[in-house]
Amino acid sequence: MTTQTPKVELTLPVIQDMELAATKTAEVVAKQMGLDEMKTAEISMALIEACINAFEHSKSDSNVYIHYIIDGDTLIIKVGDSGVGFDQEVVEIPNIDEKLKADRKRGWGIKLMKELMDTVEFESTDGGTTVTMTKTKQ
Amino acid sequence: MSDFDLKVREQDGVIVLNTNGYLNNFGGEQIASLCLQKISEGQRKFLVNLEKTEMVNSIGVSILIEVIEELQGVNGKMAYCNLAPIVEKTFNIMGISKYAKLYTNEEEGLLDLNT
Repeated sequence: MTTQTPKVELTLPVIQDMELAATKTAEVVAKQMGLDEMKTAEISMALIEACINAFEHSKSDSNVYIHYIIDGDTLIIKVGDSGVGFDQEVVEIPNIDEKLKADRKRGWGIKLMKELMDTVEFESTDGGTTVTMTKTKQ
Repeated sequence: MSDFDLKVREQDGVIVLNTNGYLNNFGGEQIASLCLQKISEGQRKFLVNLEKTEMVNSIGVSILIEVIEELQGVNGKMAYCNLAPIVEKTFNIMGISKYAKLYTNEEEGLLDLNT
C-alpha cells in the first residue's frame, strides 16, 4: 500500500562523489514512475549539479538533505543545505565564448539544472538554500 | 578516491584518450594535465573517447575548457567520441560542441581529425 504522494528522503554527508548516491536513488524512483531513460539521465545530471552546489557553495560541513516526492506523473526533488545561502540575482549566466577567455571556467550548475529539468526554483536565506526541481513524465 | 582512470595512446598523429568512470574534477584534471603536457611536447590533435564514462559533472567538463583554450593558441584540435546521450546534451548546453567536434565513434574521429 502506498501513500498518495510517496516520498523518499536521503541524507548525504559532504564527501567526494557522494552525489552519485543521490543519482542511484533517483534512478530507482524514476523507474518506479516509469520515466524513460533520457529523462532519468537528465534528472541524475541535474541532481549531481544541485548536490555539488550544495556541497561547495553552502560553506558548511553539515549534511545535504534530498527529498524525492512522487506527485502523480511529476517527480519533485528538493535539495537542501544549511549553508550561508546565495543571491541568485547576482549569478551570471555562463557563456562558452566568455568562459574561454575567463580565468574561472566553472559556474555552469544552475544553467544545466534549468536546461535539464522542467522547473527549477531556489529559496535561499542566511540559514541555507533549498532548490526544488520538477520533471513530469508526459 | 575517485573512480576514474585514463588510457592514452598515439594513433595516426592523434593523441587518443580513453576515459573510464565518472568525469568529475579529478577526471577533468587528469585529462587536462595530460593534454597540456602533450601540447608542450608539440602534439596538436586530441580525441577523447568517452565510451566508458556514463556521467560527468560540470566541474570536470569546465576543466576541459582550459585545454580548448590552450589549443586555440597553437591551432590545435580537440574532439570527443562515443558520448552517452546525457553527456552529449551536457556538452551542447555548455557549448563545448561549438569548439570541439563530437563523433559517433573513434574511427570517425580519427579520420576527420586527419583530413
